[in-house]
Amino acid sequence: MDIPLSYYLLLSGILFACGVLGFLIKRNIITIFMSIELMLNGVNLSFVAFAAHWHALSGQVFVFFVMVVAAAEAAVGLAIIIAVYRTRETLNVDQVNLLKL
Amino acid sequence: MTPTLNPLLWMIPILPLAGAAINGFFGRKASRNAISAVALVFCGAAFAVALWIAVHFSSASSPYYFPLAHWLRSGTFSVDFEFYLDQLSLVMLLVVTGVGFLIHIYSVGYMWDDDGYYRFMSYLNLFMFFMLTLVLAKNYLVMFIGWEGVGLASYLLIGFWFTKDSAAAAGKKAFIVNRIGDFGFLIALFLMIKHFHSLDFTAVFTQVSAWPTETASVGILTAIGLLLMVGAAGKSAQIPLYVWLPDAMEGPTPVSALIHAATMVTAGVYMVARSSVIFEHAPTAMTVVAIIGTLTALFAATIGIAQTDIKKVLAYSTVSQLGYMFMACGVGAFSAGIFHLMTHAFFKGLLFLAAGSVIHGVGGEQDMRKMGGLRLYMPWTFATMGIATLAIAGIPPFAGFWSKDEILWRAFGASWVYWLSGVITAFITSFYMFRLMYMTFGGDDYRGAAAQEAHGHGGHGHDDHGHGHGEPHESPWVMLGPLVILALLSVIGGFVGYGNRFEHFLAPVFQGATGIAPETAPESAGSTLEYLLMGVSVSVAGLGWFLAYLLYSRVPQLPARIAAGLGGLYRAVVNKYYIDELYAVLFVKPLIDGSTTILWHGVDQGVIDAAVNDSADAARHMSDELRHMQSGNLRSYAGWVAAGGAVVIAYMVWMGVR
Repeated sequence: MDIPLSYYLLLSGILFACGVLGFLIKRNIITIFMSIELMLNGVNLSFVAFAAHWHALSGQVFVFFVMVVAAAEAAVGLAIIIAVYRTRETLNVDQVNLLKL
Repeated sequence: MTPTLNPLLWMIPILPLAGAAINGFFGRKASRNAISAVALVFCGAAFAVALWIAVHFSSASSPYYFPLAHWLRSGTFSVDFEFYLDQLSLVMLLVVTGVGFLIHIYSVGYMWDDDGYYRFMSYLNLFMFFMLTLVLAKNYLVMFIGWEGVGLASYLLIGFWFTKDSAAAAGKKAFIVNRIGDFGFLIALFLMIKHFHSLDFTAVFTQVSAWPTETASVGILTAIGLLLMVGAAGKSAQIPLYVWLPDAMEGPTPVSALIHAATMVTAGVYMVARSSVIFEHAPTAMTVVAIIGTLTALFAATIGIAQTDIKKVLAYSTVSQLGYMFMACGVGAFSAGIFHLMTHAFFKGLLFLAAGSVIHGVGGEQDMRKMGGLRLYMPWTFATMGIATLAIAGIPPFAGFWSKDEILWRAFGASWVYWLSGVITAFITSFYMFRLMYMTFGGDDYRGAAAQEAHGHGGHGHDDHGHGHGEPHESPWVMLGPLVILALLSVIGGFVGYGNRFEHFLAPVFQGATGIAPETAPESAGSTLEYLLMGVSVSVAGLGWFLAYLLYSRVPQLPARIAAGLGGLYRAVVNKYYIDELYAVLFVKPLIDGSTTILWHGVDQGVIDAAVNDSADAARHMSDELRHMQSGNLRSYAGWVAAGGAVVIAYMVWMGVR
């Protein structure tokens, strides 16, 4: 017996919500970064669930794309974080507010 | 009669325009000699072409026309730039170019010392262009261009000395009062388009001829006629729109002579005469024209009695004489009106030029009470102005006698009321003109010299030439030449009307209008009566002369006593019957107050400005609040994104369920 689609979607939603929540309440950039990854993977889960459900490969392909983007993002993002830490000596986003008017 | 093509016609208006353009664009740096040469050559060339055409134009042949360009094409309705020359336009053409050219020559002498010389000459040429467009138009719209154009030129020239407040105000007044008249004219054109689907003279008149005469009822032709008369009353300074003309005397004197005596102000008469077919089919409108003309003639003449400014006397005299012309048109004697228009152009142009010569000679003074004895100083001006005075007073055989007598005779044929008013006007005209002569040239003492020494001369704001001088002097020949030529015309100009030749010449134009051949006109009826009436009008002119002689030469202290005796009536006349004040209370003040309270404070400030300011304020306040969203706090941004996403999802879920 297959696991119903709704279970996957529910888990995907919970993961995504966790990511959003973490993004909103955490101050450390690294944690925020991890929250973003969590959201991406929540979405990925829904993609593969739909792909399995509808027997369509495009969902799986999308996941690979998201992974590639996420990897690239991680590379660039971590580089930025290191650069920020070197200049500001903090990873608290509330103190990284030079663009504020 | 089908018109024949005349390839020269377009040159007549275009030549002065070229002169105006050259002087206007390049005159600032040019020498006065070059400016004069350009202005005179182009204006003179127009006169020469006009003469050339006149020589080849015989009354038997068909009218000339020249299509210059297409203009408006809208379905079956079309208006083109077309020029047209028939007997009526030919008379106007010769008057405008001839008198205009003489006044151009005169202006060279009169305006030579003025800083705006090039500007003046350019405006004069521009005026000639518009005036010639007006008289040569083949349809009402081209005529209207000229009509508006001469108004513009008039405005520019009245306010020529624009640094002087009164001149600028007079220019504006002329323009605004004319606008009321032009409004009537324009509506008449719209009515014509609606009912005749054309503005071409020939087309309109052909259709009108087929319409029944509106004797009992008041119909569309009466409306058109009355509206045309509104336009004519504005341009030709008739009651109730005459008030701008006396103020227009703020302009340089050659302008008064050219525009406000000889040519532009007669445009209304020309327009009414041109529309004679319409007026003939609308007797009510005709009667209104006659009544307005008669009233204006009488009314303006009485004001002229008490004026002391030499140009103001002539201005009211012009209004009065224009009234004669409208009276003539109103009783159906269109050719008599045009005849008087022509002779009036001669003698009134001459009067103004001579007055200008006087003003020039006495150093800018215009008050006749400070003149006197000038015949000893400026004999030529005296002689020529004397001839013009004899002409306007209607003393035979001068030009004014012939035309005025013709009008009075035809007016008598219509109603003795018109005739009587005309004769009274003739008497008053003769009186105030000889009064002017006696006050200016009569006596042995020049009253201005002492007054000027007392004032420390040059302090008068009038035609001030800057060179204050105690002794009056005769004007240079460049100014006297035109005076002499016009004096000659004022003497012999009337003879073209001898034996009704003038009327016969114009007959082809008005034949459709009057419907009666000139032979059967009342002239042939009773020559005894005609001579009797002629005798009456000549004797009242003589009486006016005698009275003026009595009051202003024999017993100079009498006028003051009479004035004192008349009391309030005299004050009313001196103050021009308080018409300007009346208009100020009735129209100007309510308009200004209404504009201030309702339009300015109410609509402009209360609605338009308020809407703009309030919406700007609202945007600013809203932005002031929304500004706080831009906190710089990363997590609050993220919160907004999440909230937005939540809203979008909620919306989609909500709508998706439905």
